[in-house]
Amino acid sequence: MSGEVQAAAVLGGLTESEELEDRRGPQRPRRRRIGLGDWLLPVYVTLAFIFLLIPIAYTFVFSFNDSLKSNIAWRGFTFDKWLNVCNVEGGAVCEAFGNSIVIGLVSTVVATTLGTMIAIALVRYRFRARSSISLLLFLPMATPEVVLGAGLAAQFLAVGVPKDMLTIILAHTMFCISFVVVTVKARVASLDPALEEAGRDLYGSPRQVFWRVTFPLLTPGIMAAALLSFALSFDDFIITNFNSGSVTTFPKYIYISASRGIPAEANVIASAVFIVALAIVVIAQVSRAARAKRLAAEMG
Amino acid sequence: MAFAAFATTEAQPQVTRRKSPIALFLLLPGILYLVLFFLTPLISLILTSLQAPSEFGDIGVYDYAFNWQNYVTVIQDYWPHILRSFGYALLATVFALLFSYPIAYFIGVKARRRPLLQSLLLVLVIAPFFISFLLRTLAWKQILSDESLIITSLKAIGLLGPDAYFAGTPFAVVFGLTYNFIPFMTLPLYTTLERLDTRYLEAGSDLYANSFTVFRKVTIPLSMPGIVAGTLLTFIPAAGDYVNASRDFLGGPDTQMMGNVIEANFLVLLNYPAAAALSIILMAAILVLVGVYVKRSGTEDLL
Repeated sequence: MSGEVQAAAVLGGLTESEELEDRRGPQRPRRRRIGLGDWLLPVYVTLAFIFLLIPIAYTFVFSFNDSLKSNIAWRGFTFDKWLNVCNVEGGAVCEAFGNSIVIGLVSTVVATTLGTMIAIALVRYRFRARSSISLLLFLPMATPEVVLGAGLAAQFLAVGVPKDMLTIILAHTMFCISFVVVTVKARVASLDPALEEAGRDLYGSPRQVFWRVTFPLLTPGIMAAALLSFALSFDDFIITNFNSGSVTTFPKYIYISASRGIPAEANVIASAVFIVALAIVVIAQVSRAARAKRLAAEMG
Repeated sequence: MAFAAFATTEAQPQVTRRKSPIALFLLLPGILYLVLFFLTPLISLILTSLQAPSEFGDIGVYDYAFNWQNYVTVIQDYWPHILRSFGYALLATVFALLFSYPIAYFIGVKARRRPLLQSLLLVLVIAPFFISFLLRTLAWKQILSDESLIITSLKAIGLLGPDAYFAGTPFAVVFGLTYNFIPFMTLPLYTTLERLDTRYLEAGSDLYANSFTVFRKVTIPLSMPGIVAGTLLTFIPAAGDYVNASRDFLGGPDTQMMGNVIEANFLVLLNYPAAAALSIILMAAILVLVGVYVKRSGTEDLL
């Protein structure tokens, strides 16, 4: 799961890694030797990427399959499934998808708020029990999801809370907090304290300094954390399965329908989500590149 | 790379940290949340794992007790699943490492002078994250099903026996686990390799080491933090996974892992104590393994 921290950080293009450049040594031209890496490595990497992308291509292609109930054999090309996503099984796919979106949004907002507050405290303030708090933040990321899910379910059972949308949201918020802390903390730590000092020197009240200086500077990190939270929540199945009762999310819908065959409409939704996510990443990357270029131009 | 991210807290030269009541206000809500929804559930999991069936109750009704025999029972009943979980996870981790290292090396070191290529390749590494985990796994099941083009042509050229099949075998489950967790391995590896100072490699070859020796004696030790983080990030979720091994996905009756029996006991059989005991065993085993592994690989500052 934590690999996704980097997914957000590196790829979201929303957090810059400032200290990187000088640590790798200058790029001086080296004497050329025809080594193993010169052709074997690129060939391997190309094949490896083809392998990694096969299931994505498959899912995408089969969203155009003119399938009947289950979407296994290729029966011809159609746009129908894209145009009538919600018409299958009385809109069950779309209902599940809608639930996933609502759960993702609510848990993202709560987790991002709580996690950002913790991240600021960790970097800026001295307090007791720091190491226990770090451990408490680290452990959810090192615990297998099935244990997190079963634990929460056992607790809801013990207290007598019925499982519904709310229990899913409570569960998702829980596992997102640590990831938000990790992502935002990096950003807080890289803030230049001189900027806030300047704010104070200009007679800004602590509140003004925070909302006018600190918070805007943290926004890229917070955005990356929010995207990551949403992605984690949206794709979570294992923890959801233990705490959802009769509520169906998009991944749970796929799990349940797997035995009788997934309708092509599920492929449509997954492909659409894929395209949107990819677009967000690409736009973030491009805008970062543009910003870096503009900055370089201004510096002369 | 959550592990490394947490390690850097204490090491970095910090701006002077202030003592202030604001810290309490900032920490309290989030920490309270984690205590309530992470820590207490673990405790109720331990309590549940010691429960005994209620004397006059229905199926699924248990009383608090100190029934530690639950642990003996689940180990007796499910030792194959326990061994399988760790065996499959270990294999998947090794395969993912072998598969990912060259990719991470290429992106982090070879592609350095071309930032555009670098970011494009990183997007491609992450791309599988953007499509549902379950659909990806099902896609492999269908691509490698008995009637599929790949399997039938492998059979036609005699590479596979006429009765060979893929779905439902341990090989399929390990394959699925490997595929699904490759990005978790590639990203931390990439992060350390991206910071690798190539002057060390040049120094190695200036001292007449051949490229294999340089790789073994310089590159690998320098990328150790990435290797450790990547193997942990792959191993932990792989050991607890139950989607790949599930019968509707890549598994079969003989490939069930701990996750599958935890799910079955909790959600189907309503045998909560057994599910809880298995969860505690899984969690404890992982914590011990992680502790030993991190100590032995000499990267203790990682945690």
